[in-house]
Amino acid sequence: MIKKIYFQSIFFSFLFFKEAFAAESGGMPQLNPEFWISQIFWLILTFGTMYVVLSKFILPKISNNLESRKSQILENIEAAEKQREDSEAKLKEYDEVILKSKSEAKTMFNQTREKALKDIMAKKEVLDQQIDDEINKAEKEIEVLRVSAPDKINKIAIETSSELLEKLIGSGVNSSSISAIVDDLSKRNGDKYYGN
Amino acid sequence: MAANPMSQFDVYRIGPEIKVGAFDISFTNASLFMIISTVSILLVFNFGSKRNSVLPNKMQLLAELSYTFVAKMISDTAGSKAKPYFAFIFSLFMFVLFCNMFGMIPYAFTVTSHIIVTFILASFIFIGVTIIGFIKHGFGYLKLFVPGGVPAVLLPLIVVIEIISYLSRPISLSVRLFANMMAGHTMMKVFGGFVISLGLVGGWLPLSFSVALIGLEILVAFLQAYVFAILTCIYLNDALNLHH
Repeated sequence: MIKKIYFQSIFFSFLFFKEAFAAESGGMPQLNPEFWISQIFWLILTFGTMYVVLSKFILPKISNNLESRKSQILENIEAAEKQREDSEAKLKEYDEVILKSKSEAKTMFNQTREKALKDIMAKKEVLDQQIDDEINKAEKEIEVLRVSAPDKINKIAIETSSELLEKLIGSGVNSSSISAIVDDLSKRNGDKYYGN
Repeated sequence: MAANPMSQFDVYRIGPEIKVGAFDISFTNASLFMIISTVSILLVFNFGSKRNSVLPNKMQLLAELSYTFVAKMISDTAGSKAKPYFAFIFSLFMFVLFCNMFGMIPYAFTVTSHIIVTFILASFIFIGVTIIGFIKHGFGYLKLFVPGGVPAVLLPLIVVIEIISYLSRPISLSVRLFANMMAGHTMMKVFGGFVISLGLVGGWLPLSFSVALIGLEILVAFLQAYVFAILTCIYLNDALNLHH
């Protein structure tokens, strides 16, 4: 009974709707059942086709693309991180190498400087030695000359005075007595001539 | 085009009448716009999924953003159990969205402004969700009608209300979309008629209204597609994760 009233009311309300709109301008086209079956058929056909194509071919591809891109990006980030670490390690290595080579250069420089100094010192010593030797030699020669000089002077003095005496007196004088006198004189005046 | 604001919803035959038995399945302007919508969806997503470059081009970005948008919507409302139904909800959202949007083109036909189309979609969802619920939970699915924490005295009333609200789901779902689309398009047509009838002098006000309405209707077109999809997700959530 209730069911009957329900369906009847739906039916009548539908009629009323049709009537109300029809009176004005042909009613709501949506409530005209002429093309309902056609619309249902085409809806099922188009939506079904679209669903099948999307779910079987297109959506898996899109999700695949997204997944692969995600993993690729993650991989790239990992690789970048790795390379950054590598480069940091290399930078450290480079710094170490630079420091090492700097200290090496320093020691090398010091060594060469020391060596050069030593060479210079050695050469200087040799030269000093030579100079000293030559000075000594010259001093010795001077000494010899100085020692021999009074004797020569004495000899010259003896010879000159003996010749002088011979010319003056006319006869030879004993040369030993003359030399004794000259020695005596030269010893006495030696200080005056040589200043020692 | 007639001045009648309802004539834009007229369905008419394109080409010959096709009859299968007693049923008239002729190709109409509604069928044409269904085909246009589905073909453009397939084209967009086909081109959007063809190339996989690390820097996506526009089509790829469009396809992938839609994909992640719908996927996020589903996982937010129905959880991870709803994953097998992703393709269906995605197709549903895209179909409703494209039909709504193609309806916004002047002189185009809005497929979703017809109650029969939205009702078929909604009842398919309703029947499918009910079947899924009974498969997953058996007769335990009937517990959906018995909310927890309700005093025993109120229980008969609550159960009746719950059953009515459950059964009215396909109606509310279909009428919401249909009424929104029809009301919006009728209103645009009415304001468009005002522009013509008021002419060069007074027509500017309804014209500016029309411009604003088009913006609003584009928003509504998107929003109704979104609401349609998200309600489907919520119904699916009820069937998959019995909360009550």
